[in-house]
Amino acid sequence: MQEEVLKAPSGSRTGDPLYPDVLVVGGGNAALCAAIRAAEEGRSVLLVEHAPQSLRGGNSQHTRNFRCMHEGPKGILSGAYPEEEYYADLLRVTAGKTTPALARMVIRQTTAAYDWMEEHGVRFQPSLGGTLSLSRTNAFFLGGGRALVNAYYHTAERLGVHILYDTEATALTVEEGVFRFAVIQYKGIRHEVHARALVLASGGFESNLEWLEEAWGPSARNFLIRGTRFNRGRMLKEMMRHGASIIGEPDQCHAVAIDGRAPQFDGGIVTRLDCVSFGIVVNEQAQRFYDEGEDFWPKRYAIWGRLVAAQANQVGHVIIDSKALNDFMPSVFPPLEADSIEALAERLGLEPAALRKTVDDFNAAIVADRAFDNLVLDGLCTRGLAVDKTNWARPICDPPFYGYTLAPGITFTYMGVEVDEKARVLFEKTGASPNIYAAGEIMAGNILGQGYTAGIGMAIGTVFGLIAGEEAAHASR
Amino acid sequence: MQVVDPRTFERSMPTPANPLSVVDITQEARRNAEVCNACRYCEGFCAVFPAIEAKRVFDDRYIDYLANLCHNCTACYHACQYTSPHVFDLNVPKALTQVRVSTYSRYVWPAFMSGAFERNGTLVAMATALIFTLVLVLGILLTDPAQLFAVHTGDGAFYRVISYEAMVSVAGAVFVFDLLAILLGFARYWSAIGGRLKHFFDVGAVGRTLHDALTLRHLGGGDDGKGCNEEDATYTNRRRRFHHLMAYGFLLCFAATSVATVYDHVFGWIAPYGYLSLPVLLGSVGGVMTMVGTAGLVWVKLKLHDGPAWKAVFGMDYAFLVLLFWVNFTGMALLVLRGSSAMGLLLIVHLGFVAALFAVLPYSKFVHILFRLGALLKYHTEVRR
Ligand SMILES: Cc1cc2nc3c(=O)[nH]c(=O)nc-3n(C[C@H](O)[C@H](O)[C@H](O)COP(=O)(O)OP(=O)(O)OC[C@H]3O[C@@H](n4cnc5c(N)ncnc54)[C@H](O)[C@@H]3O)c2cc1C
Ligand code: SF4
Ligand code: SF4
Repeated sequence: MQEEVLKAPSGSRTGDPLYPDVLVVGGGNAALCAAIRAAEEGRSVLLVEHAPQSLRGGNSQHTRNFRCMHEGPKGILSGAYPEEEYYADLLRVTAGKTTPALARMVIRQTTAAYDWMEEHGVRFQPSLGGTLSLSRTNAFFLGGGRALVNAYYHTAERLGVHILYDTEATALTVEEGVFRFAVIQYKGIRHEVHARALVLASGGFESNLEWLEEAWGPSARNFLIRGTRFNRGRMLKEMMRHGASIIGEPDQCHAVAIDGRAPQFDGGIVTRLDCVSFGIVVNEQAQRFYDEGEDFWPKRYAIWGRLVAAQANQVGHVIIDSKALNDFMPSVFPPLEADSIEALAERLGLEPAALRKTVDDFNAAIVADRAFDNLVLDGLCTRGLAVDKTNWARPICDPPFYGYTLAPGITFTYMGVEVDEKARVLFEKTGASPNIYAAGEIMAGNILGQGYTAGIGMAIGTVFGLIAGEEAAHASR
Repeated sequence: MQVVDPRTFERSMPTPANPLSVVDITQEARRNAEVCNACRYCEGFCAVFPAIEAKRVFDDRYIDYLANLCHNCTACYHACQYTSPHVFDLNVPKALTQVRVSTYSRYVWPAFMSGAFERNGTLVAMATALIFTLVLVLGILLTDPAQLFAVHTGDGAFYRVISYEAMVSVAGAVFVFDLLAILLGFARYWSAIGGRLKHFFDVGAVGRTLHDALTLRHLGGGDDGKGCNEEDATYTNRRRRFHHLMAYGFLLCFAATSVATVYDHVFGWIAPYGYLSLPVLLGSVGGVMTMVGTAGLVWVKLKLHDGPAWKAVFGMDYAFLVLLFWVNFTGMALLVLRGSSAMGLLLIVHLGFVAALFAVLPYSKFVHILFRLGALLKYHTEVRR
């Protein structure tokens, strides 16, 4: 079917997929929302997705929920999550680095987005086991992001959107902030797409390891990418080349500590490790380097990517004992196990005596004046160490002992193009573009200057995707 | 046929007929369950995922339990972010289907029948052909040729073709054996997965189990009931509807037989009954429903997406569905043509299919009913949601 698409007669504007009204670059949530919206406005739409069909959907296929404002119980969401509370949560995680007007716009439109998603095939489910704290604020997708993406592809096909898989947009021709045409590689063959409007929804550049290396130095070679291998930032580079206004720094990214055995790409959610706060974390010298019990894990896990990235060879090792084994969500790989600290050190490739000393010092420094309670900040701490642990400090003494090796896992990058409330890309010299729009990760930095809170990525992508689709449809009239 | 003792099945090795060893498939299902337990995105689709989340370690018996909680709706295949070409290569429906079929063979009674599930499609088809022919030959030999092609009407018309005693005694013996074999097989499974007698007296759990089973709740794929997947990633309730038609049609036919038995034994009214009589009404509505249902299920299966399908098991499904279809088809034909000279032969043909159905019943897809009910009951006593 795709072959036919490209063989359609060229020359006339009608029906030729290389001359659509709207070109959408990307195949994740934001791209699909934009394509569906523009198609519903009656526009002809071409969507190019770099991934093959079996790997389609970018990082969106790995998501599980989106953060949704609601004034009262709504669908599977309990209680109410009003605008002010949502906004306050956003301000807290970004430390104020946001564009208030855009942020509030996204927040307000999430309520209607919920209904739109359901109408376009997305199914919701109550919050998952182990995520009760999100049952009021986050709407979970039944089957996760892959199911959501499947539903949108089906809807898009039904609406007549031309979808090309295995197709990368490689270059854009832009004059004075006006989009002219794009070069695409369709299964390795070059084509030009002349569209009246362009929607960029091609994600961040986290899978471009060379680019990460420019920003981070050689340590980036040891980063694992939690999502798709196709978000290589090519469109962002093109926008930079054409003088679009850029926000954020290239080394800004959401990085968490994940299991070091995760695959290089697409490890997704299952490689996360929630055991850090129940044990100690040491580097290759078997030394601790940060307070593992600083706060509840969901509030701290996003700093551990950077912490581990700063260690030699970007490696950390969590050490727990049998007491802790069932205190955290299971993860995909079993831990290494040994009957003594020394044996565990050998298995982890650490100096046995050094690890023994670290563990002994840690155990000896515990102020055992209260009971362990993983539901509260229990204040069970160590005292007198170079790096103290401030909560949940239980001695590591009950064999068998377990170890996991951590590596930095990059979720996505923050640097992107600046946009206005109509999703128009802003150019340094000419201001808002009349026909270039951006949605999703490529512009999320407008709202998320730093930090992260669960479900905000899909909220931004959906709301801006719909706006971009609608505006692009109008611009191509 | 190879004897497999469920207590030592860990050592059972692959055979030419069954190239997958139980160890491999159990381990593969366990691996899938472990990934799901770390992910949980499919939690709302069915009972399998909450049951996975209730554990961290899955022993072999627990995998046997999970396998029968799954009915291969394939929703979690299409939704999965880790299917091939991802290195995790997840395929929960396929892994659980392989184990599920192996539970039928490992727990079957008597144990030497375990091979019956290895090439079940062939077995059921051959057994059907054999029994059908036997009934046909005996029916023709033992019946007075004059009677066979004569037009019979009025009370006892059927029995002038095949004697009443013959029908009842053979049917009764087979029926009792079926009941015994199915119940004993189930009992072995049930105790292996940790089921206890007291669970049957947990009224709430039994109620929820029956509710789920009678509504095929998990083929709805979630609380919104929008269905599950067949040929692609779009949701549909088709399979659920066809299964309802088949199952309730079958129950109506069963009711028709029961009513007829009461007519016969209590009131002394002898079959055949009038077109508007209760047994005939129940039977014909049920018969049509079953025919549509079985045909629909075969159709759905033919269209099933290749990814999650484990085709080796299709033979079992097709054989049973087709057999059930023919039982009902010949039954309906008998009803329509019973006033004609074809009745004698049709009756024998119909009874041939019925006899085949009951002969293979404990070694056919039919056993899934109790295995699934048992797994659901365990689920509702343990997970309670
Ligand atoms: C493991 C994981 C879990 C997450 N969980 C959540 C969550 O639960 N909730 C939440 O809100 N957010 C979550 N996020 C963040 C979320 O994934 C992103 O915010 C969101 O998916 C961004 O959507 P997008 O459409 O902009 O990008 P993507 O979904 O990444 O899509 C980008 C698309 O562009 C394509 N592409 C890139 N370059 C080109 C090119 N040059 N030509 C053609 N196509 C191209 C890619 O193939 C891809 O299809 C998670 C991220 C990860 C990695
Ligand atoms: S089937 Fe895949 S997506 Fe679903 S819970 Fe299991 S691992 Fe997650
Ligand atoms: S195939 Fe359907 S019933 Fe089986 S585990 Fe997956 S979602 Fe559940």
